[in-house]
Amino acid sequence: MNLEFGTEYNDFISEVQDFCKEYSNATITTNNDKKFEILDALPVNSNEKTGKTVNRSDWQRILIEKGYFARSVPKEYGGYGGEPDIIKSRIIATEFSKYKVPSAMGGQGIDMLVPTLLEWGTEEQKQKHVKSTLHGETIWCQGYSEPNAGSDLANLQTKGELIDGNWVINGQKIWTSTAQFSQMMFCLIRTEPEASKHAGISFILIPMDTPGIEIRPLVDMTLKAGFNEVFFDDVTVPEDCLVAKRGEGWSVANSVLGHERGSLANPNATMNRLNTLIGLMKEETIDGRRLIDIPSYRDRLLKVQGRVMAVQAHSLRLLSSKINPEQNVKLGSMIQKLVGTELRHELEGLAIDIMGELGTLYEDDPNVRDGGSWQFTYMYFLGLIIGGGTNQIQKNIISERGLGMPREPKVTVEV
Amino acid sequence: MYFGLSEEQVFFQDNVKKFLTDNASIEEIRKIANGEGDELQKEIFQGIVNLGINTLLVPEEYGGLGVGLLHAVAISQALGNGVGPIPFSGSYVMAPIALNLAGSDDQKSKYLSKIATNEVRFGIGLSEFVGAREDAGIEISNGKASGRALFVADAENADHIILSNKAGVMFVIDSSTSGVELNKLTTVDKTRAFHEVILKNVDCDILEKSEKDIELAKKVVDAGRIILAADTLGASESMIEKAVAYSKERKQFNRTIGSFQAVKHMCAEMASELEPCYALVWQAAHSFDNDSVEESRLLACMAKSHLSEVGKEISKKSTEVHGGMGFTDLLGLHYWFKRIGLNRQLLGAPELVREEAAEIQGFNQ
Repeated sequence: MNLEFGTEYNDFISEVQDFCKEYSNATITTNNDKKFEILDALPVNSNEKTGKTVNRSDWQRILIEKGYFARSVPKEYGGYGGEPDIIKSRIIATEFSKYKVPSAMGGQGIDMLVPTLLEWGTEEQKQKHVKSTLHGETIWCQGYSEPNAGSDLANLQTKGELIDGNWVINGQKIWTSTAQFSQMMFCLIRTEPEASKHAGISFILIPMDTPGIEIRPLVDMTLKAGFNEVFFDDVTVPEDCLVAKRGEGWSVANSVLGHERGSLANPNATMNRLNTLIGLMKEETIDGRRLIDIPSYRDRLLKVQGRVMAVQAHSLRLLSSKINPEQNVKLGSMIQKLVGTELRHELEGLAIDIMGELGTLYEDDPNVRDGGSWQFTYMYFLGLIIGGGTNQIQKNIISERGLGMPREPKVTVEV
Repeated sequence: MYFGLSEEQVFFQDNVKKFLTDNASIEEIRKIANGEGDELQKEIFQGIVNLGINTLLVPEEYGGLGVGLLHAVAISQALGNGVGPIPFSGSYVMAPIALNLAGSDDQKSKYLSKIATNEVRFGIGLSEFVGAREDAGIEISNGKASGRALFVADAENADHIILSNKAGVMFVIDSSTSGVELNKLTTVDKTRAFHEVILKNVDCDILEKSEKDIELAKKVVDAGRIILAADTLGASESMIEKAVAYSKERKQFNRTIGSFQAVKHMCAEMASELEPCYALVWQAAHSFDNDSVEESRLLACMAKSHLSEVGKEISKKSTEVHGGMGFTDLLGLHYWFKRIGLNRQLLGAPELVREEAAEIQGFNQ
């Protein structure tokens, strides 16, 4: 066991810390640009924003120039062009979290499409899309799920036909986050109807201003229109919008799905949230008594803290397995989404419980605590428990691929 | 950066595991549990001592290996995994740590070197220091100790026993001295021995440094808690493996029950709960070896209380996966269930330990 990163990283740590001190508690402005607002997925306590103010586009540029974002993306595609270094990435994440420095923009373009294109895209596709995506100029949405292709994603039916050198697309997508603010969609389309379920799918990039696309917002339980339904009626895009070969879409999508699952439950964010909850329990009172002084509340807090500390230690073990490939943590990496989302939901729910009736206040109520973020995040994480592969699907994956248990037999009778 | 057990630690752990697999099958465990396996138990004990578990926490200058608690954690996982019916947490973890932390140079060379050569074995009891039940407790006056201690670990056939008063003053007694009464407690877990020790004006060798420093006894408790957490970790791991293996064999409705989602999901839940626990226990041990008391004590409390909860859940679910067979004595799954159940209560049940964790962090005013 050696938790030191090595002295060769000392200079890098102090460089990152200097930067973090400068931008500690900074506010990132979006100039009321909705497309940016939605990408800062979770509301942050406004009272914590005591530092500098930076424009979202400038912030993105600064972070790339410093190498704190898009670190290993080659320069020619708009990244920093550094060698991949897991330890440096970890140092950046840890220090940013410690100093409460706003992170770079996320979203499906950056988290999912960029790694996909870097792995599978043509030179032309990389040139065209990667830089503008990293700089927040192109916002992407992901068109995977359909009304009848949720957990059974490979059952998707949106059809693409190659006619006169163009893909003509018809069908419907659902649960499409940020579709209304996006310039582009990357999606899975059935292009080979004769092929088997998984082999008939292609990965296609579609400009959202193409005629024939209709977007209908889908309001979720948080009352934000986080999702959309997207309809395609003879949507026609050039043949070269295809990524990889026809029929390879399932492999392309799967190669980056792991990224999403890992990123849904960041242990640093959970630890920060736990610390905010501790602060809340020290401030809030009932009959003049601090909530943290009530033994039953305190015990629930400590129970959650134990789980949070376990998950945080676990993230060190996972990091170590990336640096030391001989360490086998296969099962350990499969459980992240399930464990992380359930834990966070529990933590947010505890904050609501300890506030009691006050915990139900929401939106712009003058008495709402922390901008309503406890209720919002409590519900938001219920969404994440369902999304990104439901936690029941996660349990199937863990038991089948992690524990080697048999698959469910195929049902052959008509129901 | 390397987070995990070292190659050497894994090697040691595998040796203990293998020894238990080869020499302590379920039939053998049952014999011991039924009180018919004294010789067998001695052989198992000797075999594992031959691997060197007695030397781990004895410093090199006294003839031991002088490795850290993490090494002992690796062994404790293996013992939990195979419900190893031998003394360990008391004799070879808490006792040498107590002697090394609190003993004078004379006391250290007197006792520690004999632990390393396996000439003597210690039991240790700090339950009353953690929280006295039935008003038990030991008083020391003029070098003599009197009183009653419960749940003294590894005291069976031990040459010496370390006990303490409420102020954390630790002392060594000779088990064969007159005025020492040992009564074996009948717990649910028959794989390890715990005793009631009654002292009547017994000569005691006070561990010098603990007279003025209550922190030392606390530190011994920290080590004990981490080791118990590791035992539960290993036992839980084994219970998941058994549940998965059974579910792949047992057929109902013309299918292996492991192909039913209800069963698969229970197994996935167990694995998901346990998987982060490895890191928590290892980090707690690493912190015990390297960090300040404040940092390491919080981790020790969290490892103990969290593993107690996870272990409880896994021991229940694994039994359920085994169905009626899980409930029988025939399968012997209950040895793991009970071992986890005892670990949970030793050196502080989870609620008490969490309350300590709250105090460490200054939560309660």
